[in-house]
Amino acid sequence: MSTDSETQARPAPDRLSPNQDEFYAALMAAHAGLSLDDSHALNARLVLMMANRIGDIQVLETILRDARKYS
Amino acid sequence: MAYEYQTYAFEPPPGLTGPEPRHKVVIVGAGPIGLTLAIDLALRGVPSVVLDDNNVVSRGSRAICWSKRTLEIFDRLGLGERMLARGVTWKVGRQFHGAQEVFSFDLLPEDGHKYPAFINLQQYYVEEYLIERARDFPDLIDLRFCNKVVDHREIDRFVQVEIETPSGLYKLETDWLIACDGAKSPTRERMGLSFEGQVFEEQFLIADIEMEHSPFGDAAVPERWFWFDPPFHPGKSALLHMQPDNIYRIDLQLDVGADAKAEATEEKVMPRIRAIVGDTPFRLDWMSVYKFRCIMLDRFVHGRVIFAGDSAHVVSPFGARGGNGGIQDVDNLGWKLAAVIGGQANENLLESYDAERRHGAEENILNSARSTNFMTPKTGIEALFRAETLRLAHNQPFARKLLNSGRLSLPCGLEGSALITPGAAQVAPGRAMVDAPLDGPHGASWLIEEVQGRFVLVGFGSVPLPEVAGVARIGVNQRNGDYPCFTARSGHAIRRYGSEKAYLFRPDGHVAAVFDAPDAASVAAARDRAMGAEMQSDEAPAPQREVTA
Repeated sequence: MSTDSETQARPAPDRLSPNQDEFYAALMAAHAGLSLDDSHALNARLVLMMANRIGDIQVLETILRDARKYS
Repeated sequence: MAYEYQTYAFEPPPGLTGPEPRHKVVIVGAGPIGLTLAIDLALRGVPSVVLDDNNVVSRGSRAICWSKRTLEIFDRLGLGERMLARGVTWKVGRQFHGAQEVFSFDLLPEDGHKYPAFINLQQYYVEEYLIERARDFPDLIDLRFCNKVVDHREIDRFVQVEIETPSGLYKLETDWLIACDGAKSPTRERMGLSFEGQVFEEQFLIADIEMEHSPFGDAAVPERWFWFDPPFHPGKSALLHMQPDNIYRIDLQLDVGADAKAEATEEKVMPRIRAIVGDTPFRLDWMSVYKFRCIMLDRFVHGRVIFAGDSAHVVSPFGARGGNGGIQDVDNLGWKLAAVIGGQANENLLESYDAERRHGAEENILNSARSTNFMTPKTGIEALFRAETLRLAHNQPFARKLLNSGRLSLPCGLEGSALITPGAAQVAPGRAMVDAPLDGPHGASWLIEEVQGRFVLVGFGSVPLPEVAGVARIGVNQRNGDYPCFTARSGHAIRRYGSEKAYLFRPDGHVAAVFDAPDAASVAAARDRAMGAEMQSDEAPAPQREVTA
């Protein structure tokens, strides 16, 4: 397990580039016109569906811990 | 030192006293786009009349970032070196979140190019240099200041133009009218053409200040600095650029509902600048509050009226895609218009200007709209994603790449255009040429100098080049050619283009076709295709026109 600092997640390799702008625009478009509550619900569904796509429980637990470190 | 504006003299045109012979090309607007087109045409022997409604260069610095591709085009027109010498060279952009730097990018990390990624040079210098260059062609460029077009209409394959001058009204006739009259194009409005698209509500303040002290840290190397939520301008964005004459461009995002008139006053601007530069003495040179739209025309070619530059498309300034996009329009249009006027190509060739440059404008608008959307979140959820992207960007490489303060202008690729012969190569057919240093029969040179301006077949490595009418030939790293041969200095040209490969370049430096073993028939076919031979024709071929000397 990572022994990185508890306050900062370890950098993950960049897998979005060179399509990062296209993804970001598509993500914003997915939220367009939704109320804040509906956007939160969409985000929850996205997390669950992306988790299913990743599948690997160890990877998922690492992501959950890493994302939490920025709180 | 503040720029000294000179006025250019109004000279009563011949049309005031009697009808002028019909002109081949009339260009509306003596800004960077119109002047560049006039010079490009003059170098091809095509005369033009340039009409401008005033008699000074651009008021205020306006367009300041000129890209590598633009400089390469200016090089072909005999202006690139002067602009490079006068401009401020830069290639690194840094993005800050709060006071902390989160990401920097180097726009030209390799050497072996004549021109840098960017120079900053005020639009008034660019226009001044273009006017001086235009005056090198007194028999071909008829530059008319204080000549305001007040009406135009297309009559049977020519355009009649009505012009207002200090000495009265007169009329002109022209085969082609090129509208380079800017974002508010009166030509476009007169024709009632739809010009709608995404409108951004945010307002931005531009201030140019002159100061001795460089704000770019200890090394004082000019760069592009962009802040998300800077300590001196909380919750908004800010951009800093250096221009010649110790002038710095500051661009600040304002509130959506800000009162533009109140913001563009010294009373409001000075405290904002002091918050950035501290106690350093400075002089306020120019300021302006602007909004922008991302819009383009549905078509750039309307019969005998052709639009180029801001009259055809406007974008946000973040990304330097406005002026640079317009210069690429002209680079694309000049050789085609000259070929049509000279009778070497059918009028349909101009349809490819419409298709290729609309594609370029769409690319610019897409990038510019995405940048602006990132910079100015519209909803709570957009602001939330932006804030978390910035937070992750402090140590996550993927999030740094997501930060979008403007994707800076790169030459547009023309893959898929009807003029391009498909093929595979390191620089794929349709792409703009990539420069490289050469050593040749007359000493050191650059690939852009040897190639641009005409059809050229370049052989890299020992691939023999056939002789084809209307196509010049040069060899790189080959010995036995009966044409000029060069050596790839430091191997750059071979690394960039590969070896044992021949490339056919169009006059605007885009790759028209590539060959492993070119024969005369296939090169001629690719040349004809690049001249519009395969374009759909729905009318009889244009009559042969007189070729201008």
